[in-house]
Amino acid sequence: MTRWIYIAVSLVLAFAAVLVAGCGGGGGIDVGGSTTVQPLAEKWAKAYEGVDVTVSGGGSSAGVKGVAEGILDIGAISRDLKSDETDEWPDLVPTIIAYDGVAIVVNPSNPNEITDLTIEEVRDIFAAGSSSTWTVVSREEGSGTRETFEKKVMGEEEISASAEFLPSNGAIKQKVAATSNAIGYISLGYVDDDVEAVSVDGVVCNTDNVRIGTYPISRALYYVTEGEPEGDVLDFIEFCLSTQGQQIVEEEGYISIQ
Amino acid sequence: MSRYLADRIAKRLVLFLGISSFLILVLIAVFIFREGYPAFQELGFSLFGTKWYPSRDAFGIATMIVGSAVVTLIALAIAIPLSLGCAIFLAEVAPPRVREFARPAVELLLGIPSVVYGLVGLVVLLPIIADISGRGSGSSVLAAGIVLAIMVLPTVTSISEDSIRAVPSHYKEGALAMGATQWQAIRHVLLPAARPGIIAAIILGTGRAIGETMAMIMVIGNSPIFPDSIFSPARTLTGNIAVEISHATGTHASALFATGVVLFVMVMLINSVGIIFYKRTAR
Repeated sequence: MTRWIYIAVSLVLAFAAVLVAGCGGGGGIDVGGSTTVQPLAEKWAKAYEGVDVTVSGGGSSAGVKGVAEGILDIGAISRDLKSDETDEWPDLVPTIIAYDGVAIVVNPSNPNEITDLTIEEVRDIFAAGSSSTWTVVSREEGSGTRETFEKKVMGEEEISASAEFLPSNGAIKQKVAATSNAIGYISLGYVDDDVEAVSVDGVVCNTDNVRIGTYPISRALYYVTEGEPEGDVLDFIEFCLSTQGQQIVEEEGYISIQ
Repeated sequence: MSRYLADRIAKRLVLFLGISSFLILVLIAVFIFREGYPAFQELGFSLFGTKWYPSRDAFGIATMIVGSAVVTLIALAIAIPLSLGCAIFLAEVAPPRVREFARPAVELLLGIPSVVYGLVGLVVLLPIIADISGRGSGSSVLAAGIVLAIMVLPTVTSISEDSIRAVPSHYKEGALAMGATQWQAIRHVLLPAARPGIIAAIILGTGRAIGETMAMIMVIGNSPIFPDSIFSPARTLTGNIAVEISHATGTHASALFATGVVLFVMVMLINSVGIIFYKRTAR
């Protein structure tokens, strides 16, 4: 009987020790937030030769919250900081790391045979929601990609509640690739052969047109830090902004800041 | 150390562990209610409105209450006959050798992570449903109901089987001795005798169904609308929280916790009804 108690107590102690050790954390950098920036951040983390960089997703707002609450060292966002965020956490410092377009994507075999839409047509489709013609797929509330889309396309209109709502660029792409009459919007960096990016107002969605500003749905991508970046975090951000880092930006289908 | 001391320590330890699991429940409840309270205070009854659009200050969760209820009902409609049949088969009909193999197989279903069910639903079920319905991507309350039914199947089956087995063997022997066929004995003697256990199994299954999240997000489409057919997408209370909580601040976050409160109350109600029912039939 007593032996069992000893065993139980030592198990509890061992478990507690593991917990404490786990919380201690190493010397690495934690980057999280926007799923738009995530693939880019993963490539950077791989190429970076300094301390270990751990990359996670969660969405832009999660990135801001994570940095403000000290869970993340760097928060990635794919929209501007909002006024209520800067009010609540005045010490946040955004650094532009790349530019990105938001592509309107359809299934390559879409029965509507659409390759070109105007901003108004896109707005009408998303305001009308899913029907027999379109399966409308949108990001969830709080997504940076959605906020850019709402600002540049929807204006005062609302995305219909009958749209499907999925929580990442990857999930939207998968859904559009699997559904013949689907229409959605994703970061340009996610566009590949599985989905087809339609022209908007006659302008093809590619890095060149976003760079020169003719493609209408674009935005800056930021790394947000609590206060000016310093130490390991500064080193990593400087790497991202370096020629080598910005080359990775172009390779991944985003637009470099140079 | 004397045996009596060890005994006393053990008693204290067990008491402590028992109380702490209860305390955890209380703490969680207090936390959810505290975080959700501002939303109730600020939004009042508009929290039960039909429009959910947080960035335009619309926080109505009525569609999700209906969504959760509809999906759970569909799941139960599919799972109850399947699991009851399976339980009767395992308890009464199956030869021991088949049972030895089939029972662990059913229980193995419990160990599969919910995201895997979601993935199978996404890849296998949705295209089929899209074909049948001729609309959209197949994301629907039907797809969600089918996935959920499979997920609650092992729970309902194994508890029902246990309660059928727990019926004293002389009940069945008596029935058979009086000339009942095996099916008559099962239908009129075993099942009624095992009813409290079967109802408990169904209620546990309902609890699991209402709380399921990950698989639901993947197959239901998460549209905050009232489903108008079984092929319509919808959003569940759990899905609403999981999809948006990482982004949410202020009233939005509080409204999501309020969603949690509603879920909590719903599960409490179901369990209480279950317990009352169970006690009444057990008497």
